[in-house]
Amino acid sequence: MAKVLIIAEHDGKKLNGSTARVMTCAQGLSAESVEIAVFAAEGAAVAEQAAAISGVTKVLLIENPANEHATAAILAPQIEALASEYSHVLAPSTTFGKDLTPRIAAHLAVPQISDIMRVESPRIFDRPIYAGNAVITVEAPEGIVVGTVRTASFSEAEKTGSATIEKREINVELPSHTRFVKLETSGSADRPDLQAAAKVVSGGRGVGSTENFKVIYDLADKLGAAVGASRAAVDAGFIPNDHQVGQTGKIIAPELYMSFGISGAIQHLAGIKDAGTIVAINKDPDAPIFEIADFGLVGDLFEIIPELEKALA
Amino acid sequence: MKILVGVKRVVDFNVRIQVKADGSGVATEGVKMSMNPFDEIAVEEALRLKEAGKAEEVIAITIGPKASQEQLRTALAMGADRAIHVETDEDVQPLTAARILKAITDKEEPKIVMLGKQAIDDDNNQTAQMLAALANWPQATFASKIDVDGDSANVTREIDAGLETLSIDLPAVISTDLRLNEPRYVKLPDIMKAKRKPIETFTIAELGIEPAAAVKVLKTSAPAARQAGIKVASVDELVAALKEKGLI
Repeated sequence: MAKVLIIAEHDGKKLNGSTARVMTCAQGLSAESVEIAVFAAEGAAVAEQAAAISGVTKVLLIENPANEHATAAILAPQIEALASEYSHVLAPSTTFGKDLTPRIAAHLAVPQISDIMRVESPRIFDRPIYAGNAVITVEAPEGIVVGTVRTASFSEAEKTGSATIEKREINVELPSHTRFVKLETSGSADRPDLQAAAKVVSGGRGVGSTENFKVIYDLADKLGAAVGASRAAVDAGFIPNDHQVGQTGKIIAPELYMSFGISGAIQHLAGIKDAGTIVAINKDPDAPIFEIADFGLVGDLFEIIPELEKALA
Repeated sequence: MKILVGVKRVVDFNVRIQVKADGSGVATEGVKMSMNPFDEIAVEEALRLKEAGKAEEVIAITIGPKASQEQLRTALAMGADRAIHVETDEDVQPLTAARILKAITDKEEPKIVMLGKQAIDDDNNQTAQMLAALANWPQATFASKIDVDGDSANVTREIDAGLETLSIDLPAVISTDLRLNEPRYVKLPDIMKAKRKPIETFTIAELGIEPAAAVKVLKTSAPAARQAGIKVASVDELVAALKEKGLI
């Protein structure tokens, strides 16, 4: 029977919604236990949020000043020390998990399954390749299964649990070769999180400038939506990188995705395929995004957005 | 100091790949092959560090079939000094690739190993982190800015929360993200010059590597396609459709 360890993603105060999505993936492993490990400087609040996720057997809280920031080189040796008690070690396929888990797998001398999108059995999984243009069914060899979970493929587990929280001390030598300097966020803390939002309004190269992105933000605020962007818009400097949606940005699955001035490169489409309803507004009637949009409207976004706002008012 | 930079031969990013009807894989016969775009960024960054006087030598390495030498020649034409080809026709998964890179790293003793953050074929995003683990070196993944200063570097990383800066001691492994730089175009005289630059060849056996246990690919399938939607003629029609679905 599988014994699963999930590595919690959090910012020191709040558990990231990705963790509850990994829990849903873990439920497909017919596990006898699913434990969540919270590594933090002071993690009581995060541990409580993790303990509320339904299906969690136990939360391990590993508090250490060195764990203040989620640095792979610091966390990996601690997780490796725990790993032998488990059959599966899972993390979300976010930049947090992607950075961390290969470091663990390499030390455990096992391969990693990246971006698990479906569980067929405790060792057999589906994962996307070629920006999601093909799906491979893979079988992990003997040994601990280390994987990252494609969060857009799983919904968040319910929050009706009350697992016990156990404090753990892990005494391993931690490296001093990697030091956190700073984190610059784009300061949109009052807006919904792009990866968790039910609605996303997204802009591309067609938006034209940083100033013009204000219309995207304003519409998003009216809808209670998060703001996304295509790579072209981020490369052009219209909007910070943490808004990028696509193969190498964020993979999202909102109920409603509204794109403005995004042509729809396959790399971008890879990030929105799991959205409930896709709306595309673009001047170019041949833009590839119309091939996957549920509702397409050909036209100038600067004329359409005011009309939309009026219709929504 | 030396910089070792990884180069992978992949299906060109503009190609719309086709899944073979029998589920045995993706059709790659007769398809245009190129250097993985993230690796091009890695090569460019290594060259810029050399041009800024922070590195003396840039060594490109690839693991793959004979034809991968085309991508090494591209790296050499961009300006790499020499190249290493670990030749194999086998499918090399990230952990084995990391073991190979570790063996070459032990031999060459670079101060920085620069790798693309992921290859656009298997999208694994593992090799850099695995190499860093095997070498017990720092890792700075998804780099969008690199400042090398003596025996350490400040690396800005593109993460979900924004931009994180880490200070790392060298030697280290750095994986490159899209906005680190814009790779240069290769000029014809440089292509000619690259033909005379040396490529050293090894087999995996010669490096004394034990291939890692592999993930077995059982089948390859096309992704579930989204139902084609409709074009609406006006904002009113769009709003009505979204209201009907309860989305707004």
